[in-house]
Amino acid sequence: MATMDPTLPLVKNLLLLDSEGKRIAVKYYTPEWSTVASQASFEKALWNKTSRTNARAEAEIIMFDNVVVVYKYIGDLMFYVTGNQDENELILYTVLQAFYESVTILLRQQVEKKTVLENLDLVLLAIDEIIDGGIILETEPTMIASRVTMRGADGEQAPVPITEQTFSKALASAKEHLARSLLK
Amino acid sequence: MAATAQDSQAPLRGPEKKDEDREDETEFSPFYGIDKGAVLQEARVFNDPQIDPRRCQQVITKLLYLLNQGEVFTKKEAAEVFFGVTKLFQKQDINLRRMMYLCIKDICPGADEVIIVTSSLMKDMNSKTDLYRANSVRVLCKIIDGQLLAQIERYLKQAIVDKSAVVASAALVSALHLLGNNAEIVKRWVNEVQEAAQNKNNMVQFHAVALLHALRASDRLAISKLVTSLTKANVRSPLAQCLLVRYVAQVIQDSQPGANGEQRPFYDFLESCLRHKAEVVIFEAARAICNLRDVTARELTPAITVLQLFLSSSKPVLRFAAVRTLNKVAMTHPLAVTHCNIDMESLISDQNRSIATLAITTLLKTGNESSVEKLLKQIGSFMSDIADDFKIVVVEAIRSLCLKFPSKQRALMNFLSGVLREEGGFEYKKAIVQSILVLIQEIPDAKETGLGHLCEFIEDCEFTYLSTQVLHLLGQEGPKTKEPSKYIRYIYNRIILENATVRAAAVSALANFGVACESLRSRIIVLLRRALSDNDDEVRDRATLHLEQLEGKAGGPEAVQPRVDVNLGAMEKALADYLAGPTDKPFDISVVPKAPMSTRGVSALGLPSGAAAASGAPGLPATSAARKDPTAEYAELLRSIPQLAPLGEVFKSCEPVRLTEEDTEYAVFCVKHIYESHIVFQFNCTNTIAEQVLEDVSVAMDLAEAADFEEAFTVPLDTMPLNGVGQCFTVVSRQPGAIATGKVVNILKFKVKEIDPSTGEAEEEGYDDEYQLEDLEVTPADYVKPTLLGNFRKAWEELDPTTEKEDEYGLGTREGLQEAVEAVIGILGMQPCEGSEAVPPNARSHTVLLAGIFVGYQQVLVRMSFGIDAANNVAMK
Repeated sequence: MATMDPTLPLVKNLLLLDSEGKRIAVKYYTPEWSTVASQASFEKALWNKTSRTNARAEAEIIMFDNVVVVYKYIGDLMFYVTGNQDENELILYTVLQAFYESVTILLRQQVEKKTVLENLDLVLLAIDEIIDGGIILETEPTMIASRVTMRGADGEQAPVPITEQTFSKALASAKEHLARSLLK
Repeated sequence: MAATAQDSQAPLRGPEKKDEDREDETEFSPFYGIDKGAVLQEARVFNDPQIDPRRCQQVITKLLYLLNQGEVFTKKEAAEVFFGVTKLFQKQDINLRRMMYLCIKDICPGADEVIIVTSSLMKDMNSKTDLYRANSVRVLCKIIDGQLLAQIERYLKQAIVDKSAVVASAALVSALHLLGNNAEIVKRWVNEVQEAAQNKNNMVQFHAVALLHALRASDRLAISKLVTSLTKANVRSPLAQCLLVRYVAQVIQDSQPGANGEQRPFYDFLESCLRHKAEVVIFEAARAICNLRDVTARELTPAITVLQLFLSSSKPVLRFAAVRTLNKVAMTHPLAVTHCNIDMESLISDQNRSIATLAITTLLKTGNESSVEKLLKQIGSFMSDIADDFKIVVVEAIRSLCLKFPSKQRALMNFLSGVLREEGGFEYKKAIVQSILVLIQEIPDAKETGLGHLCEFIEDCEFTYLSTQVLHLLGQEGPKTKEPSKYIRYIYNRIILENATVRAAAVSALANFGVACESLRSRIIVLLRRALSDNDDEVRDRATLHLEQLEGKAGGPEAVQPRVDVNLGAMEKALADYLAGPTDKPFDISVVPKAPMSTRGVSALGLPSGAAAASGAPGLPATSAARKDPTAEYAELLRSIPQLAPLGEVFKSCEPVRLTEEDTEYAVFCVKHIYESHIVFQFNCTNTIAEQVLEDVSVAMDLAEAADFEEAFTVPLDTMPLNGVGQCFTVVSRQPGAIATGKVVNILKFKVKEIDPSTGEAEEEGYDDEYQLEDLEVTPADYVKPTLLGNFRKAWEELDPTTEKEDEYGLGTREGLQEAVEAVIGILGMQPCEGSEAVPPNARSHTVLLAGIFVGYQQVLVRMSFGIDAANNVAMK
């Protein structure tokens, strides 16, 4: 990590905390927080500074202790992405978007602590697919989700692009509705 | 799992786990009550002959959950889990396999265990399934060493150019990680990486460009070539484009700024990026332009325009990014940012306090005189609900604004006193008090109001440190105001109400009033008497002392403010020497060389330090005043020696040079004083041996290597004091005005008398002894006095061209130009002018302007051009 090209945008950590600031899934990529205690104190400080802000509609941003953190709340969950203080904020924001949107897709829109814990493997895999050792690996949420679920790995065709997918979904639910109304 | 993945409506994870903790209504976590030992037990399922993929997946998830919560596995436990996981490779289950990859990476097996999985992973690397290939590449590259890497190199090269984006990305990112320890191997893949840089997939392109740059990171020329080719090629990926912007900014940074008005190379590229589709790229380019070295207003304008648009974005992240960048620009180019003031003002009420604070401080930097009051009003309403560290930023911005517009000091001072009264932590209060102190010092008009505010502040101040600081200032400044009497009440209140430290400070402050204002003296004496019965020793002591002094005893009123009339540098040295030796005798301050009496010292020092202050950054007079001219300090001392008086005025005194090793019996420092036709060597000698008395000390010089000198006379030192400093002098003469140089060999001669340990008195008879000192060199720099010139070019042109001399020198290999310049300035002993001693980073050539006065009061100006070549050889002209 120390020898990394300084121009390469790097992510210091991805955090998923619950509404009380307890960790659900976290991943640290830099040696700054090498011990569990230092990680816990960072998470506590971050949660104290951010928990009262409203980051539901739009992602928020905060700078402290020489890092920039972008974050967003969904349900009873808080998603954080930390980067160097000189990092382009919008790159971090792109990563944050990839993080919460891919989790949203994987959990079928039911983004809450309960479902996350029940599907923790998917969340951990999503984190693994977004960042590799601090380097951004992928930022497209549908791509991340399909890689997590290994879609296309057992011989079926490559994942359907998002536009078509939503269209086919819409068509499927329309059919279902139609069938139900006819049965009544 | 495979089934759920295909069924697009069902939740991805079946409900089977939910039942486990159903009895506990509030705690729905499937991990409730999880225990490491139990999970490790459960991990035995990995060894079952019939592998149940679902169950194994759950166990792996539990293991990863434990790791994630900070649980530590012992080496043995980790090894056991690892072996178990490797057994699962025989089962062809895609979702289980994905979890296995993650698990192996997180457990990070030891070197001897890696070998077990490599064959399985290499098999996956050649699988038909893209995701197997991609993941196995990532895992393998994470766990293998250089030797194994050479074995799989072939596959990795293939993977880089794989059709599948996920495989190519995996290989490229892994290569970026491998670059740290296995750069040699990764460098062989450059052709494949070049090809990947043309990939249509955004992420592959991004990773390939990053790797291409990293491979060339140490070679400036190669980077420049890379940037040229990439800017021409069509880079579509926004992230890759961001990288390119960074590389371009770096190339611009390294290149020489174009001569007047000439556009920088690549500036057009940056500007074109401002019109990119992706906001990431637009912002990266705007930021790069704002950070350009010596950016001009014209270059800034387009960048500021896009940032201004971002200011009104609905996304806080965008607003923050823009306002942070503009804030930085405002420090150097406040005018360029003023266009954004209206947008900036609306951000003061931003939900996000970081954005609001940045907006305010930017406005304070860019604001003009007329808008100050309006701004202060807006800030006032918002100060109460931001954190202390933000408040400090605001206070500092207010201070600089006040220094910029002294006429607005009343409003700004009122604001500061207002916030001073509010709740706040120590750091915050300290920042405010410091600001007021600075303003009092810098703006004469602000003094009375500022002192008034501070008086009110100490009435109700919980911080002893700040109270004492304010009281000290009141003691200094209060008596000089028109109405000193009004401060006395505030100070006396402290004596009644505060803790001992503050009381002591208040007593001293009162005494200062007593000294400076004769009319108040009698009243002060009355007040001080009351402090005589204080229950704290220090307060009583101070009160007693000051009372005596005010009544004309114990040195009289003048002694209340004792001036440190010793040379502080020598004092420090003497104290250090004292502490190094035995400390059973009290330290004798009289052995420290006296600085000129303070009044005369000020006039003598006034000129050089004033000039130095002019050269230093405005607002930092304290630091520049510290660069005192040593000549003035020694002049007084030299004049007091009768034998030296006929030599005339000292031209220059050099810095002291140590002539003995540290920790030897005698410590000798030498100061060279240059006179018109003589050089006086002043030897500051210290004896560190308590059992000896050294008398009749002198220094004999061997001038064999300095033929131009002739020894004139010596002024011996009667006794070399123990742990103090005594001076003896050796005077040599030379041709008047001549620049004689050479090396001098010095021998310390003295008479040793042993001290009888029984009586403690020195014996009658002593013997002569010698002590070899280190050689001393007289260099041309000793004859040059640095002077400051305001306008070097004018002075240069005024000089007679016939006196000009030009020469070229090779200076050999140097670290960099800055080092070479510093070395040459040191040798010549002249004063760099117009800030030319600072070499811009990465410059290949540089010109330094030096000025000085030569002995005989001739002005000398030097213009030196330095050049450096690739091998760091420095040439000088």
